[in-house]
Amino acid sequence: MRIDVHAVSKSFADFTALSSVTLQVPEGSLVALLGPSGSGKSTLLRIIAGLEEPDSGRVLMDGADVTAARPQDRGIGFVFQHYAAFAHMTVRENVAFGLRIRKRPKADVTARVNELLGLVGLTQWSGQHPHQLSGGQRQRMALARALAIEPRVLLLDEPFGALDASVRAELRAWLRRLHDEQGVTTVLVTHDQEEAMEVADTIAVMNGGRIEQVGSPREIYDKPASEFVMGFVGPVSRLDGKLVRPHDVTVSLIQSEDAIEAMVLRVVHLGFEVRVELELPGGEVARAQLTRGQTEELELARGDIVYVRSPLATEATQTPSAPSA
Amino acid sequence: MRVSRRARLSLRGIALLYLLILLLLPVGAVFIRTFEHGFSTAWSWITTPAAVSAFWLSVVIALIAVPLNTIFGVGTALLLARSKVRGRKLLNSLIDLPFVVSPVIVGLALVLVYGQGGWFGSWLLKHGIMIIYAPAGMVIATVFVSLPFVVREVAPVLLEAGDEQEQAAATLGASSWQTFWRVTLPSIRWGVAYGVVLTTARALGEIGAVAVVSSNVAGSTLTLPLLVQQRASQIGAGQITGAYAAATELAVMSLIVLLAMTVLGPRRAR
Repeated sequence: MRIDVHAVSKSFADFTALSSVTLQVPEGSLVALLGPSGSGKSTLLRIIAGLEEPDSGRVLMDGADVTAARPQDRGIGFVFQHYAAFAHMTVRENVAFGLRIRKRPKADVTARVNELLGLVGLTQWSGQHPHQLSGGQRQRMALARALAIEPRVLLLDEPFGALDASVRAELRAWLRRLHDEQGVTTVLVTHDQEEAMEVADTIAVMNGGRIEQVGSPREIYDKPASEFVMGFVGPVSRLDGKLVRPHDVTVSLIQSEDAIEAMVLRVVHLGFEVRVELELPGGEVARAQLTRGQTEELELARGDIVYVRSPLATEATQTPSAPSA
Repeated sequence: MRVSRRARLSLRGIALLYLLILLLLPVGAVFIRTFEHGFSTAWSWITTPAAVSAFWLSVVIALIAVPLNTIFGVGTALLLARSKVRGRKLLNSLIDLPFVVSPVIVGLALVLVYGQGGWFGSWLLKHGIMIIYAPAGMVIATVFVSLPFVVREVAPVLLEAGDEQEQAAATLGASSWQTFWRVTLPSIRWGVAYGVVLTTARALGEIGAVAVVSSNVAGSTLTLPLLVQQRASQIGAGQITGAYAAATELAVMSLIVLLAMTVLGPRRAR
């Protein structure tokens, strides 16, 4: 299903959560809403779900205005950060909930629930209660529960935010596979840029209740539309007043016209990569990321004077991709 | 904080001693005095027409007051914990009124409203409706004094459970009514059960407010606590054993309610 969010605004008391946000989610895509906490990403997702009502603006699903529709009538599946598992029901009853509400025949419910429990790998846990499951298992149960009603859109609110790093990585890959197989239009809220880059086709970067940029992971990283986006989606250094990626910084022992003199403060070996911390003339500290080969060639050591420049810096901040929102 | 073994044991000892002196000893004394002339004597005291009538009046009043206050209590707790309606703070403090006001004042207030010469007194008299000095007034008084228990037990449970499960149910297609029965109520059942136990105990045991609006006629407007009081106050009439017997009966009734909830509760949870 295609979703159009048009000029949606929302305030809570004296806090503006969203100011006139417009976003298109194409049919079958996986879009990530990426931003720091308080950027409005969860509010936007909850407005799409109907759990929150916008102060102004409209939400369209396949062209139909659903702004006033209840969540029950939107054909959505919603997954919460803290699972929202029905504590008094077994795993099987949790997954079957939506189908039972819809009064589907018992045999159909059983068959569908078995299929979903297999899909999320919880078949042998079907008789347990949520508190007997690990966080990762609970979230897979919540996903199965949301998928049971065959939603036209899957909405995920920081679904892996409360999980360990290893479980998170596993579930991310699983979610992407699921999306590739089932093709359900999916909107994912996250504050983790790596998660957004790994899972999503399209990323909408949000800040202060607005969408700063919408684009593919590569566009967002290579052509950030603003300093905020640049800083949020990857490491940055400030060089001569401009933001640059540390791996775009060139370090040389030979002085050149556009280079800045800097002193090596520290050389940190991180396996293949080497991080060089530099003190610039104004006392500012910048970081450069080099390969081990480059560092060996330059024979960098603490106290050395080097010349740094960033040929890409000007290009990166002066030719942003046009924000589509 | 680490507490030494000795301190822990003495703390436990003090707590037990405190309970023993203040609770178990007096209650135990009543039990002992009840049966000092044998079981059959005690039994005959609680099977007199006045005692049987008092038993049933107490049961009927509880059967009316407890369901009313349970429904009202769960509804009000939902309003306090889930809605953003204005005046919630006022409602929240009003709920505690029966806890703060002395039961005698509750009884007097009811007389002022429904009694002869009260606000609705003449209207009620004209239509032949008896509230004060009749069972109806005793029910109202009981509802009043036992009103806060369910609200006070359920509201914190609702707040702690949060509304995410309810939102999840909505996204899965459940109506508010379905969500209440399938998601909300099961998650607050312990709070409700405990609130019902406390409400029942209070409804059975209330004397202050009920005494004011009762005509204290044995066989028609005496509840069990009023019967206990009446028998106990007739010194020298040899009715003191009867007072103890009725008191024990009352205590056993409350214990049965408590036990029923503890036994039935976990079964429903499964």
